[in-house]
Amino acid sequence: MALFAFVVLVPSVRGVYYAFTDWDGLDPSFSFVGLDNFVEMFRDPDAKQAIWHTLLIAVSITVIQNGFGLALALGVNTMIKSRNVLRVFLFAPAVITPIVTAYLWRNLLSTDGAVNSLLGAVGLDSWQQNWLGDPDLALWSIVGVIVWQFGGYSMVIFLAGMQSIPKEIYDAAAIDGTGPVRRFWSVTRPLLAPAFTINLMLSIIGGIKLFDQVYALTGGGPGHATDTLSTLIYKDAFTLGEFGYSIALAVILTVIVAVASTGQYLVLARNERAAS
Amino acid sequence: MNRYTRRTFSLELLMVAIALVVAFPLYVLVNLAVRPPSDTSSPLRPTLAPTLDNFTQAWQQGALGGALANSALVTVVSVLIVIAISALAAYPLARVTARWSRGIFLLIMLGLMLPFQLAALPLYQTMRDLHLLGSAWALILFYSGLQVPFTTFLYIGFLRALPRDFEDAAFIDGCTSWEAFRHVVFPMLKPITVTAIVLNAVSIWNDFFTPLLYLSGSTQQTVPVAISGFVGQYVSDWNLIFAALLISMIPILVVYFALQRSIINGFAGGLKG
Repeated sequence: MALFAFVVLVPSVRGVYYAFTDWDGLDPSFSFVGLDNFVEMFRDPDAKQAIWHTLLIAVSITVIQNGFGLALALGVNTMIKSRNVLRVFLFAPAVITPIVTAYLWRNLLSTDGAVNSLLGAVGLDSWQQNWLGDPDLALWSIVGVIVWQFGGYSMVIFLAGMQSIPKEIYDAAAIDGTGPVRRFWSVTRPLLAPAFTINLMLSIIGGIKLFDQVYALTGGGPGHATDTLSTLIYKDAFTLGEFGYSIALAVILTVIVAVASTGQYLVLARNERAAS
Repeated sequence: MNRYTRRTFSLELLMVAIALVVAFPLYVLVNLAVRPPSDTSSPLRPTLAPTLDNFTQAWQQGALGGALANSALVTVVSVLIVIAISALAAYPLARVTARWSRGIFLLIMLGLMLPFQLAALPLYQTMRDLHLLGSAWALILFYSGLQVPFTTFLYIGFLRALPRDFEDAAFIDGCTSWEAFRHVVFPMLKPITVTAIVLNAVSIWNDFFTPLLYLSGSTQQTVPVAISGFVGQYVSDWNLIFAALLISMIPILVVYFALQRSIINGFAGGLKG
């Protein structure tokens, strides 16, 4: 408990205090500046953009990664012979160090990288893009990399949920003559509510805190086109020496995480109750 | 619907095709890592004259051996500390119904919500004052504190669902609480302990942000930071970089494929907690 207090609670409380100062991280004399850091944030276009990117990434990852994961789980949870092998292989990216896969993708997505070569090889030259250098596209490339890495993670959690659904329910549905779509919508989907809760929580919180992939893939660039709150916090503190301002950004991040997770928890818990 | 029909077969083909697309980056990774830098043909074409030179060079220049040892040390020690503290903390929290127990539980829940970015910067200063910056112990201390709330939460959920009968029997036989915990309760916690070990070990081993802050400029690096430094140093020598990336992945993949059943169940295990 003391350790937890030392590492998390005490620094967090101090963090909230520093957010109201102009501390630069080194100088022991700093002054209390009230809400100046927060006022500055609303004038700072970089900060506003970073908040927007953070929310956009979190929401798109949550939707796409879980959609993909659910589709994979439905495909694997069938009679196909390769299901056990597929489960192991599709989950594998999720255990690899994110920073390492991000560097791998930085090369694959470069203009003469493997993704463009592959598109060229199958005759889709017109689809070739400057995936990470185009400000309009870079953010979506990052989302794509994360979906590639963690889609299998969502799949595993959905699969565990599907395997806990008693087979008798499906037999009953089959006797009633329900088709596959109806069977998914009226039987599988509601009974997967706990798996949805876990998956959505994990991906939205992971998306809000995202740092490694952005740092390795684009460094927040081109320009500030992919900066998120986490990369901005790092840059402001360690390259610009604005600790006070950086921590004010971290406070905003905390508020977003708290609002998102509580809100989501309440909605999903209600759905879970409604389903059971 | 339980027969292997033609439709099942087309689904099988589709799923295998998806798996191949997912595995495509790993093919390119291996393909380029064994290719001499002089070969500049398309990254898709299989390398005809594979070489291991990139690996020996990356190993020597990236100080990857030391980084792997550091990562292993940090991960193993932190996980042991986290498991010991969390299991011991969760037991009274799940069993004692006094008011202090509930207060501490809420405090732990608060720890689950706070993103570590908030604590990371003030803690940076504390670590500097304690002269722990640049030392692996800074990380062990940090992870031990950071992961305890989540792990305790897992244990509490599991303990609440566990019947008390076995402990009561142990108490009747004259066990102290510590003996009951050590010999009766802890062995029954095994499934959730496996989950906790897997989740903690993966997140600690893969963490990049914390060692980037607390170990920067030090010779004691963990694998993610060593890799990042290596990429910065050999900017465009991708054959060499790919060899380094592959070296860093091999230990994880070996452990993963050897223990895949426990690991996947460990990840899915949070669901039942």
